[in-house]
Amino acid sequence: MQTLSLDYKAGKPPPRRALAGVVGSGDLEVLLEPGENGRSTVAIKTSVEGVKDIWKAVIDRIFADVSAPAVALEINDFGATPAVVRLRIAQAIEQATATDDGQQASDA
Amino acid sequence: MSAQAKSFGARWLGALSANAAALTGYPASLQVADGELDQHAARFIAVVPDSASHFPRARQGQVGLAEGWALARAVHDAVAADEAMPDKRVIVAVIDVPGQAYGRTEEAYGIHQALAAAAQAYAKARQAGHPVIGLIVGKAMSGGFLAHGYQANRLIALSGDAVQVHAMGKQAAARITQRTVEGVEELARTITPMAYDIESYASLGLLFRQLAVTGDQAEDLSAVETVRRALSDALADIQAAPDEASQRDLSSRLQGNGREASVEVRRRLRVQWAG
Amino acid sequence: MNTSELLQRQSFVELSARARVAQLLDGGSGRELLGPFERLTSPWLALQDIVTQSDDGVVISRGTVDGVDVVIAAIEPAFQGGSMGEVGGAKIAGALELAVEDAANGKPVVPVLLLETGGVRLQEANCGLAAIAEIHAAIVALRAWVPVVGVVTGPVGCFGGMSIAAGLCSHLIVTREARLGLNGPQVIEQEAGIEEFDSRDRPMIWSLLGGQQRHATGLVEDLCDDDVRAVRARIVEAVQSGDTAPARIENIQAFETLLAAIEPDVLAEADKVRAAFEQQANHAGAFS
Repeated sequence: MQTLSLDYKAGKPPPRRALAGVVGSGDLEVLLEPGENGRSTVAIKTSVEGVKDIWKAVIDRIFADVSAPAVALEINDFGATPAVVRLRIAQAIEQATATDDGQQASDA
Repeated sequence: MSAQAKSFGARWLGALSANAAALTGYPASLQVADGELDQHAARFIAVVPDSASHFPRARQGQVGLAEGWALARAVHDAVAADEAMPDKRVIVAVIDVPGQAYGRTEEAYGIHQALAAAAQAYAKARQAGHPVIGLIVGKAMSGGFLAHGYQANRLIALSGDAVQVHAMGKQAAARITQRTVEGVEELARTITPMAYDIESYASLGLLFRQLAVTGDQAEDLSAVETVRRALSDALADIQAAPDEASQRDLSSRLQGNGREASVEVRRRLRVQWAG
Repeated sequence: MNTSELLQRQSFVELSARARVAQLLDGGSGRELLGPFERLTSPWLALQDIVTQSDDGVVISRGTVDGVDVVIAAIEPAFQGGSMGEVGGAKIAGALELAVEDAANGKPVVPVLLLETGGVRLQEANCGLAAIAEIHAAIVALRAWVPVVGVVTGPVGCFGGMSIAAGLCSHLIVTREARLGLNGPQVIEQEAGIEEFDSRDRPMIWSLLGGQQRHATGLVEDLCDDDVRAVRARIVEAVQSGDTAPARIENIQAFETLLAAIEPDVLAEADKVRAAFEQQANHAGAFS
């Protein structure tokens, strides 16, 4: 298991927390909570060794926009590809920022 | 049975029931004897090897189809017989089971249902007010243990290398977790619930008591006396529980230290339950 | 099922545990207990450098199904094969124990167990086994008050000590994609040899352990399609039924008679097994 912590400039925190994915083969779990104003943090645990650079590159791109919502992300990875990583993070951010409450399944 | 050395289970059943005649009508692999404990009627039950069993996969003392259903009957019949009695007989599961039976016939004919019937019988006996005590004298493995003994109000274990509790044999565990047998043994040294030895198991807080008696001491009178005394203490402990619910459930298993997460989960669940 | 029904079908098997719960509960009624943000994860996996899941692979939610108060315990099939560790096991056992207390106090809540599990998580062996024994105890206790509904849909199936839990349920619902058995195929092959059980022989395994066969032999009550609405409809019926004491648990004599007719030296085949159960059922009305 490998761990990795990343830190980015960001905009404002989203209104609510969100969850996406599961720790299954080729997948990952993203727990998103509102971050502190202006800052996003990403804490990654992955079952795959020696892929720090790839993770950093993927996450750097997602958080390149400094006006993106300020979030505290916790990622539990079980061998997801970069495409799946991007998808799950996008799903979590979408849930956390969606304005239509009817679309929210709270934590479900 | 004749050609084989008697199993620990058979020997302790004999010692504790004062060699009362085993009840008839059960498969040779299930010994049921009625005796007494502290002047209470008691039924002692052991699953034992039967080299001539109709089911080849259950000849070394495993709990198979026949044993599962027969266990259910042995316990159920005691509960039915005592239904109108204020003083329900004690039921002692003498546990020496290397596991459940692994076989195609067993799966095809629903061994899971046979083991469920046995587990249910013990659980219902406990809920009907029978003090149920599990005495681990040898192996208490996996589904065999779940069907025969793990529903007891109190668990007591003997000591020594032959006394083991686990969910799966080392070979199979290695294959399923994609490790070597050495790898499994190495992990078992540091991860308490993965260990096979009874000391590690005792540290999880699930036992009422571990005794300084080994499985092969069933003919040693002072060892038998030690075990009888522990059974009496377990009986008294069950009866001393503060209310009927805790006299009949498994809550005493959470009193020890060793399963902190199990306790914490329940604590938080209770807070959140009613909303 | 006609074409338009087929097109509207939504697979239940492919859903995650949390999505299953959301589909089953009446809209807006769900309240998850010990959800992922509690971060009650497995202490034992972490010690072994294995990535944990924030809910330890078990979702517990209270709510209603067609107005009936239920507590759903759903095992996540994708996390560690749906295996039962200390935390996940305690979540199920603890929820059922609280349901027992409520039922005894005149507040019945019907448990619905979504059982996708290989059984004990071997990395937490004795803690998983102990939790499963506690789950068994609570199921039996609950059945004095309410039905306990078990659901096995696949993809994992239900094995190990949790297959015993399934056997204890008063009502079992399966799909054709479900398998139900005590020992996983790999373990049987390891213990009994490949001649007796080839864990790669999928047709044989499905023919003996599959949902259709288990239904035909009376070891489960309901067989339904892998469709969210179909699964939900069966659960609605089951939670509204009174407690039942199914013959498959209670009729010891019928099973013992059946056992006497088995020839264990002949490799079991699905049709022979069905015939044996049917014959017994005709004699004693045993398994239905």
